[in-house]
Amino acid sequence: MVNAMGWGERLQAALKEAGIAALITFALICVIIGLKTDIGPDGLEITQRWDLVASGVAIVFVGRLLLRLVVWGPEGQGRGLFSSIPKAREMPWLGKVLGVALLAIAITLPFYSGRYVVDLGILVLTYVMLGWGLNIVVGLAGLLDLGYVAFYAVGAYSYALLAHYFGWSFWLCLPLAGILAGFWGIILGFPVLRLRGDYLAIVTLAFGEIIRVVLLNWYQFTGGPDGISGIPRPSFFGIPFSRGEDGFAATFGLDFTSMHRIIFLYYLILILALITNAVTLRLRRLPLGRAWEAMREDEIACRSLGISTTNTKLSAFAIGAMFGGIAGSFFATRQGFISPESFVFMESALILSIVVLGGLGSQIGVAIAAIVMIGGFEVFRELEQYRMLIFGALLVFIMVNRPRGLMARREPSIVLKERKAIGADLVAQGEGHR
Amino acid sequence: MTPRWEEDPVLTIEHLTMRFGGLVAASELSFQVGRDEITAVIGPNGAGKTTVFNCITGFYRPTVGRMTLRRRSGATFLLERMADYEISRIAKVARTFQNIRLFSGMTLLENLLVAQHNALMRASQFTIGGVLGLPSYRAGERRAVDKALAWLQRIDLGHRADDAAGDLPYGDQRRLEIARAMCTGPELLCLDEPAAGLNPRESHALTGLLSSIREERETSILLIEHDMSVVMEISDHVVVLDHGEKIADGTPQQIRDDEAVIAAYLGVPDEELDEIEEVITG
Repeated sequence: MVNAMGWGERLQAALKEAGIAALITFALICVIIGLKTDIGPDGLEITQRWDLVASGVAIVFVGRLLLRLVVWGPEGQGRGLFSSIPKAREMPWLGKVLGVALLAIAITLPFYSGRYVVDLGILVLTYVMLGWGLNIVVGLAGLLDLGYVAFYAVGAYSYALLAHYFGWSFWLCLPLAGILAGFWGIILGFPVLRLRGDYLAIVTLAFGEIIRVVLLNWYQFTGGPDGISGIPRPSFFGIPFSRGEDGFAATFGLDFTSMHRIIFLYYLILILALITNAVTLRLRRLPLGRAWEAMREDEIACRSLGISTTNTKLSAFAIGAMFGGIAGSFFATRQGFISPESFVFMESALILSIVVLGGLGSQIGVAIAAIVMIGGFEVFRELEQYRMLIFGALLVFIMVNRPRGLMARREPSIVLKERKAIGADLVAQGEGHR
Repeated sequence: MTPRWEEDPVLTIEHLTMRFGGLVAASELSFQVGRDEITAVIGPNGAGKTTVFNCITGFYRPTVGRMTLRRRSGATFLLERMADYEISRIAKVARTFQNIRLFSGMTLLENLLVAQHNALMRASQFTIGGVLGLPSYRAGERRAVDKALAWLQRIDLGHRADDAAGDLPYGDQRRLEIARAMCTGPELLCLDEPAAGLNPRESHALTGLLSSIREERETSILLIEHDMSVVMEISDHVVVLDHGEKIADGTPQQIRDDEAVIAAYLGVPDEELDEIEEVITG
């Protein structure tokens, strides 16, 4: 079709299109950017900034013109701007290579990085673990959960309160926090068993808020908005990271630095996240995990095959919540201080966008999405108020180009002869995604 | 001579009535499904066939009526009191759907393994043994895969075990859904319009499959069908519904000659059709 239109006509069409785009831009920005109010000696004064408006319109005009002439070609939106990016389906080895590379980087990171990077690594890994935990509920079982942060909060408060009131150690509280959060997962599961789609999303959202509001208002028990401070730091299996004689550094004949604890925390969350991953991958190959995916595909067919969807849903909620709870108790021990402010809806939304962005059900996709989102947050910190703008634009950009997430394909859970990835077009997304 | 379905019924339906508000979808239906037989339920659109199916398989709870399933072991189950998944798991009634409900994003093998969920759950000690990788689970999984493969061979899809079910052509999807239902090890298999949308060759393959299931004498079949050639060819017993009521019940030959059925469903007799044809073509 390239030759169908001569250069002259093509240029004309492109100019017209760019003109329209420029006009729209002008309409959008003429007041917002063109006029600025300042506080002057006699009250508000209006500053006119037509030069800024002109440059904005010019950028859009030239940009649109170039896109149409150079990138998009003459025929409508035929090719996407980034259609040259290889699709995961065409490169089945990509996920594996990326996985190994990321794991190698993750293991060796503390050896060549400073405190800032290791701290950031801890943060990213916490979200990787949360993403993997939520992936069980949303990605595998297909149950949209907008209140996942509730389990993170339950885990964090479980450890904080047990340590505060009974003085129990971190290593005892870690599994306990997971179990308690798992129970809360089942408690959330019961009322939402019969709900579908939007209703499921609303109830889970409300559940997340209920937990936060209770933590906020039960002042005598949880400290309310003051939070809980002085949460004990983890020890190296009983040896504290302190300067003293019986501290970690002295015991192992090292010079004391505060980095020891940071590095220990880093490896701790790395191991916890890898356990989450290993258990999830294992469960996918077991009848329980297969039932989760089957339920995401078609709940009615599941019931006709004798699968109790009640048990299947509750198990997904419980196991997903358990990993959220374990991550929460790690968060508590790392911060040393928790308050309900850490468990707002924004956190749920962030974890959910990590899962959706990564590709529902894809472990490596979730890890990459967590690095991009959390790492990106940090990288753009200097831009201050534009950070959310860039963040939003990034989300829109990825979802436009990859509507089913970065890794939008499904690996079969069992293979007879040949491993064939299944395209996202065939895979259902489950409740709440219709 | 009493017919076989009255001597040894696998399923006895008595006074089944289903009302949706003011609409009576099925009223006072009573019939039997014979063991090791193929029973067909036929009737015009809106006759209440699928409603009866949904009652039997627990997707609807009947307004009135009793449905007694008698397994080969002698154990009896009152289906109207059981939840849908229990009917499949305990009473061993499997079903397919009018609009195929495969797990289209999962492979053929996975589809057939999901059907063996309950057996596999026991083999994996309800996941605990499976997570630990105990040998008993591996053996159980191997048995399940063997069973799935045997069924895939039987429906001529053995070579596509690793393909997504949604990639299959329509006719293959129908047969796969039957194989999936059979993997639950049912004593009664309920098929909702298994031949709908099949070409003559595919529908021939289907009747072959159903006949071979009957020959094994392990599973009785109850089917809803519009395709009269399929019904007359393979069924031992035909129940005719119209407007939610049973208007005839008997062998295919009896049904063919039944005045009420001809009036309600078949329209004019074949001989008359031939005459009309002669008039048109002649």
